[in-house]
Amino acid sequence: MNDQLRYYLARATAGKMDRRAFMGKAAALGVASTAATGLLTSAVHAQGPRRGGHMSVGLQGGESTNSKDPATYASQVPFMYGRIAGETLLNINTAGELEGAAADEWSATADAMTWSFKIRSGMQFHNGQPVTAEDVAQTLRRHSNEDSQSGALGIMRGIASISVNGDTVVLTTETPNADLPYLMADYHLIIQPNGGMDDPAGAVMSGPYRWVEDEPGVRHTFERFDGYWNDGVAHFDTIEILVINDATARNSALQSGQIQLANRVPPSVAGLLARAPGVAVESTAGRGHYVFIMHANTAPFDNNDLRMALKHAIDREDMVDRILRGYGSVGNDMPINSAYPLFDASIPQRTYDPDQARFYFERSGHSGPVDLRVADGAFPGAVDAAQLFKESAAAAGIDLNIIREPDDGYWSEVWNVKPFCASYWGGRPVQDQMYSTAYLSTADWNDTRFFNPHFDDLLLQARGELNNERRKALYSEMGLLVRDEGGLICPMFNDFIDAHNGDVAGWVANPNGEMMNGFAPVHMWSAA
Amino acid sequence: MHPILKLVAQRLALGCLLLLAASVLIFIGTQILPGDVAAAILGQGATEQALTNMRADLGLDRPAITRYFEWLFNALQGDLGVALSNGRDIADSISGRMGNTLFLASVAAMISVPLSIFLGLLAVRYRDRWPDKLISAVTLTSISLPEFLLGYVIMFVFSVKLGWFNSVSNINDGMSFWEKLNAVALPATVLTMVVLAHMMRMTRAAILNVMQSAYVETAELKGLRRFTIIARHAMPNAIAPIVNVVMINLAYLVVGVVVIEVVFVYPGMGQYLVDHVSKRDVPVVQACGLIFATIYIGLNLLADIISILSNPRLRHPK
Repeated sequence: MNDQLRYYLARATAGKMDRRAFMGKAAALGVASTAATGLLTSAVHAQGPRRGGHMSVGLQGGESTNSKDPATYASQVPFMYGRIAGETLLNINTAGELEGAAADEWSATADAMTWSFKIRSGMQFHNGQPVTAEDVAQTLRRHSNEDSQSGALGIMRGIASISVNGDTVVLTTETPNADLPYLMADYHLIIQPNGGMDDPAGAVMSGPYRWVEDEPGVRHTFERFDGYWNDGVAHFDTIEILVINDATARNSALQSGQIQLANRVPPSVAGLLARAPGVAVESTAGRGHYVFIMHANTAPFDNNDLRMALKHAIDREDMVDRILRGYGSVGNDMPINSAYPLFDASIPQRTYDPDQARFYFERSGHSGPVDLRVADGAFPGAVDAAQLFKESAAAAGIDLNIIREPDDGYWSEVWNVKPFCASYWGGRPVQDQMYSTAYLSTADWNDTRFFNPHFDDLLLQARGELNNERRKALYSEMGLLVRDEGGLICPMFNDFIDAHNGDVAGWVANPNGEMMNGFAPVHMWSAA
Repeated sequence: MHPILKLVAQRLALGCLLLLAASVLIFIGTQILPGDVAAAILGQGATEQALTNMRADLGLDRPAITRYFEWLFNALQGDLGVALSNGRDIADSISGRMGNTLFLASVAAMISVPLSIFLGLLAVRYRDRWPDKLISAVTLTSISLPEFLLGYVIMFVFSVKLGWFNSVSNINDGMSFWEKLNAVALPATVLTMVVLAHMMRMTRAAILNVMQSAYVETAELKGLRRFTIIARHAMPNAIAPIVNVVMINLAYLVVGVVVIEVVFVYPGMGQYLVDHVSKRDVPVVQACGLIFATIYIGLNLLADIISILSNPRLRHPK
């Protein structure tokens, strides 16, 4: 960096020169605009957070049917407004470790069956009422009630009792569970007064911002809540979420400066958008994956040779290149990748092998085409991915018959109903949760119909195991079981691709979810 | 009773029957679609237990006929009910959205209707010469392009490159009239381009038809200016077909602009309806459907009345 550029950079970070002027000077010195944005961003970052300003976020994934009730959150906009206005007991940080939020201490008994969470003192709800352990307990009770319609019901099933002891909430589980605190970071479990039993869709929460306006499917606005306990976050005075479901409209709004932050940049335009002046595209490797799933108990997929044939007949590298445009990594027919704690990297990577596929296919004795159902809504690029699969399988003598289904009703009529279809998984913070959600014999969403008693035993053993070495070995064995016997074909793990412009700073990659796990507007700050 | 009043009364009665029929069709349609509101809300994460709980909660476990008549009974009393998906009052949510839709539609109509009729007259005046060909070429091109593409092009030029207008046309109660007008400038422009050709071509054809008549020749022989002949003598006799096309386009501006709403993120009725159809939220779909049907029927009635009023033979039947 030459002296002149360093001088301009210093003036720009000190606020004596605006961002556009800096970009102009940098361009005059022959610095590409993306590089100049990067320089400015890192310089501003080094300077530390600045309080004040307004943040507009443009998001895909909001509908006019959205509700404030945390039990109903299922798409990106509710996910993010829950992060802005609400608070959970714990959070998971960028390294995948737990961090205190509403709870500042937590501990387990030696058998990992009783967990205590001490509630941070001095916290208050947006109406000034203090946050008590009883509110927390009621929240957890509402989400674990069998009558509830909560999206968190599935993960709350293993909890046997919820009680309050002074400022501490005590949970006991039916079987030992070393990962229980991770469940408390679920985005549905937002603390509400009396657990939301009285007013589930009420605006009173305890997060860093309070609700101002709420127009579902259009916009949601927030202002900073001064009673929030953590001064290290919530730098913007006000935040606005604009629901912009159309990707082109979202990118235009970002380029024209109407919004500072956008989610879900399509991989096909990410490279182009990154070249636009002042825009930074952030790609974060995560745990979400795109899958083709077979029901391992339904003919013809009850034959493991046919499953193995199909697993060898898919070209994973090609899909990462063409469907994800490189914004992702290859999968290994198990739902776990290196972003998970206790991942065993020594499990060999399965690759495209038409000869092996042909061998297994002939041994399976199956003849005729295999029906694969797919819709654009299954995952972005699902129909194209199915075509690539068809081509690579044809080279091994396997005839895939692609049946295109409508997006509308796909999750109720095709997924988890038809024996072979395309789908996606968002990933979970820990291996136990991923496997318990979809691979345990009794799981609600066992969408590969994987019934393996040995696997179930291993899962329960690993869940209660507090020694990480032994746990890792157990998870490794489970991964291999799913990979070699399960009904999952996992060609790729997708990155989250988000974008922001130079008016905001403080982006940190967070593998737990898109948009810094939903915290981007709360953790970033103004650089305008 | 005056024949026109009688006609209006007849048409209004018929309109009510049509609305009833429309509500039955919409209800049947939402029942035929796969899945229901519970499955749609809970999505991929639905468990059997949660589905059963939610269905019981929303009363979806009762027979469809019962639910329809219950809805009809309440709707006749002016109670549209609450949305199944988020429990909001439907009348409240719709009134804001409807206001936005009508605002955008009227801005677009204010520009497009006079402009298309004027261009139509101009095209007749310079028939088969370059102004006529230019007008036809431009309007036909803009109607032939898909509206989302027009939207993207206009957004790219006027918002991203020139920075004159916002690409997101979000409007809310806190904005002044001029701010709102500024916000809808781009979508209104695109809508104008989309509806212009249809009305312009119809105006041109209808007037050309009249221009063959003997009385136009008389007017020419009187030595009137050509534009005066077209505007004063030919136009009044061509009003009926023009009004019909104008009304169809006005109805389109209200009920058919969901694509533009998505592209410009405009909070109108279209997006609201689509969201609720995909969630199988029957009461909302019914309410929106009825409003749209009312607008269609109302505008058509208006077109008929204007046609009759413009035609002395129909105005004074023997």
